[in-house]
Amino acid sequence: MDFNHTEERRMLAESLGRYLSDNYAFETRMEIAASDAGYSSQKWQELAEMGVIGALFSEDKGGFGGTGFDIAVVFEELGRAGVVEPFLSTLLAGSVLAQLENRDPLIESMIAGEDLVTLAHGEANAHYDLEHVATTAKQTEDGFVLNGAKAVVLNGGEANKLIVSARMSGETFSQDGIALFLVDADQVGLNIRPYPTMDGCSRAAEISLSNVKLKADALLSSTPDTFAILETAYARAILAVSAEALGAMATATLMTGEYLTTRTQFGQPIGMFQALQHRMSEMMIELQQMRSSLINAAGGLDGDITTRDKAISAVKNLTGRVGKLVAEESIQMHGGIGMTWEYALPHFAKRIIMIDHLFGDSDHHLERFAALSQIS
Amino acid sequence: MDLKFSAKEDVFREEVKGFLKEKLTKRLSDKVKAGQRLTKEDYEEWHAVLNERGWLAPSWPEEYGDTSWSPIDKHIVEEEFALAGAPRTVPFGVNMLAPVLLKFGSDAQKAHYLPRILDGTDWWCQGYSEPGAGSDLASLKTKAERDGDHYIVNGQKSWTTLGQYADWIFCLVRTSGEGKKQEGISFLLIDMKSEGISVRPIVLLDGEHEVNEVFFDNVKVPAGNLVGEENKGWTYAKYLLTHERTGIAGVGFATAGLENLKSIARQQTKRGKPLIEDPLFSARIAEAEIDLDAMRTTNLRVLADATGGAAGGLESSMLKVKGTVLRQNLNALTRQALGPYALPFVSEALEEGYNEPPIGPDYAAPVTKQYFNNRKTSIYGGSNEVQKSIIAKLSLGR
Repeated sequence: MDFNHTEERRMLAESLGRYLSDNYAFETRMEIAASDAGYSSQKWQELAEMGVIGALFSEDKGGFGGTGFDIAVVFEELGRAGVVEPFLSTLLAGSVLAQLENRDPLIESMIAGEDLVTLAHGEANAHYDLEHVATTAKQTEDGFVLNGAKAVVLNGGEANKLIVSARMSGETFSQDGIALFLVDADQVGLNIRPYPTMDGCSRAAEISLSNVKLKADALLSSTPDTFAILETAYARAILAVSAEALGAMATATLMTGEYLTTRTQFGQPIGMFQALQHRMSEMMIELQQMRSSLINAAGGLDGDITTRDKAISAVKNLTGRVGKLVAEESIQMHGGIGMTWEYALPHFAKRIIMIDHLFGDSDHHLERFAALSQIS
Repeated sequence: MDLKFSAKEDVFREEVKGFLKEKLTKRLSDKVKAGQRLTKEDYEEWHAVLNERGWLAPSWPEEYGDTSWSPIDKHIVEEEFALAGAPRTVPFGVNMLAPVLLKFGSDAQKAHYLPRILDGTDWWCQGYSEPGAGSDLASLKTKAERDGDHYIVNGQKSWTTLGQYADWIFCLVRTSGEGKKQEGISFLLIDMKSEGISVRPIVLLDGEHEVNEVFFDNVKVPAGNLVGEENKGWTYAKYLLTHERTGIAGVGFATAGLENLKSIARQQTKRGKPLIEDPLFSARIAEAEIDLDAMRTTNLRVLADATGGAAGGLESSMLKVKGTVLRQNLNALTRQALGPYALPFVSEALEEGYNEPPIGPDYAAPVTKQYFNNRKTSIYGGSNEVQKSIIAKLSLGR
C-alpha cells in the first residue's frame, strides 16, 4: 500500500494551490460571486490553461488525468479556496460525454474552457432519485420533440449547451426508456430562469421545455445503458463535491483553530478552555474520517459498480454528517463574528451545508448504502 | 398532578384565539408565515394592537395593562401567537429594560419611560456586548466619566439588534476601574440622537442587516439617566438575565416550526410518496417532536415554579440551551425536507409584494436562510457555552 500521490498529481495540486493563494483571495472570491455571471471567465480561462479542467478527463478524451484521485486532488484545492467557477457542472456533463462515442471535440472544447456544458437532469418532484424523468421525448419524422421541466440545473443560465434527459418510454421512475439530448441554450422552446444560490458558489436555473424541436443528431444516447451512464457521471460528481467539501472543511477548521488561539476572553485565549479544545479535537478526528472515506471512494471509482457505489454513498453520507458538524461548530466557536457576511468563515460553512443538497443528502446515501450492503 | 388545561384555561385560550382572529391582520400573519422581512412599521403595528388590548406587557404591574396572567396563561399566549403567525414583540423596551426600571429605576424614570415604551414613542436597543466583551461581558470597556451633571461616554458596542431603528439605547458602561471588573459597571440610558453617536450596520451571513455597531465619541449624557446606583450595573444586568426569561425556551416558535416542518414534509415527495411517509425522515421528525413534547412540559414546570416572572438561573440556562438546539434542529430538518430546492436563494422573494412565481414550491424561499440565521440563537443572549458554565457552576457549587 502507498498513500502518496504520484509526482505529477502532487505537482498539479501544488501549482493549483499556489495559483489560488496568489489569485483567489477571499475578497476576490466575493467580488466574483456577486458578479452577474457568478463566475470570472478570466479566472476560468487561466485555470483551463493551467490544465485544471484537463486533469478531470483521461488522455484518450484529450485530458491527462480523469482518475478518482485526479478529481479528488483538484476539487479539494478548489474547495479550500472557495472557487465559484463552473468546475462541478463541467465535470458532471463532461463525464456523460466521456462515456459516449464521437463526442471528443466537444470535450476538448470544454477542457480548453470554451464550451460550457451542463447536465439538466433533476426534476421538481425527483427529490434525489436519478430514475425520476417525467420530461418526455417524442420521435418525429426528422428528430424529436421534448416537453417538461428541469430543476436546480447547475450553471443552467451560464452554459451554452445543455445535456437534457427525457423519457422515450416507461414510467416516471423506470431506469429504462431514458434518453439524453444535446441542446443549445438558445434553442427555441427552452425557457431558462437562472438564480443565485445560498452558498454564492453555484448559480443554478429552472428550465422549462415546451415543444422543443430537435434534429435527429441531437440524440446523445438512448441505449439501455443510458441510466448507467448517468449513474457513473453522478458517481464522479459526488466524489468531486465531497472532495470540495473536504477542502472547505479544512479551511473552516484551520480558521477556527486560529481563532481559538487568538481570541481572548476571561484573560486567556478561548482555546485554553477544555470545553472548546475537545470540540476542536472532535472536528479534527471527523475530518480524518472524511479524508479516509474520500480515499476509499477515489480508489473505488473505476472498480466494480457495487463497490464503487458503496464507497461513493459512504463518502457522501460522511460529507453530510461531518460537514454539518464542522460548519455548525466552526460558526458556534467563532461566536458573533462567525455570523457576519464580511468574514470568510460563514461562506465556507454555507457551501459545506449546501453540498449536502447536491446529488443526494446524507440520508439518501445512508439508505442507498444500506440497500447495497444487503447485496454485498 | 393534573396535566390537563383547566376549563378556565381553555376559555382563556379561546379568548386569545378570538383576539388573534379579530386583530391580527392577514397581511401581517401572511408575511410572518411566509418568512418575509418585517419592517419597523410592521413591528410597530403589532405593538400598537397589543397595547390597545392591554396585552403588551403581561409581566408589568397591573396598572399598566389588562393582564393578571398565570404562567400557564402566558404559555397559552406564546403558543397561540406563534401558531397564528403573529410578529414577535420586540423585547428590548418591554421585556428587558422595563423590568430593570420597575425594580431599580427612580419614580421619575418610571413615570417618563414606561408609558413611552407602551405607546411606542421610544424604540429601545441594547448596548451590552463589545468587540472585546462577548462571553466575557464584564470585561467591557466603554467608559462613562462624570463631568459635573453629565457623563461623557466613549467606546463601542456591538451586535446591537435593530439599533438602526432605535431612539434610545440602554448601556452597560464602565464607571470605575477599581476592584473586580464586575464592580465598576453602571447602567446608563442614552438618547441615540445625542451628538457623537454613530451606527454602522453589520450584515449577517444571509445578507440581512439586523445588527449594528454603535460608536460613542464624547457623548454627553445627563447624570439623571443613570439607573439605580453608580457601579451597581452588573447586578441589574444579571437581574435582567433571569427576569422574564421564561419565554427563553421558545416553545411557541418551536411548536409553529414543527407544524411548518410537517406541512412541508406532507407536500414534498420522495419516490412519488409524501416525504412524511418515508420511514427515515418520519423518524427524524418524530425525534424532534418527542424532544419538543418533553421540553414543553419542562417549560411548564419551570413556569409553574416561577414567581413574578423570574425563573431561577439554572432553569433559565437549561431552557436556553435546550430550546435553541431544538429549534435549530427543526430548522435543519425543514431545510433537509426541501431536497435540492434548499439551494435557490432569491433575496427579493422575501419582500412583501414580490410578484414573480416562486422558484420551486412556494414554502421554500425562507427555509435555508432561517436555518443559517438561527445559528445566532445559540450565540446571542449568553452563548450556550456560557449557559453550560452557569449550569455547572450553580449545580457543582463552584
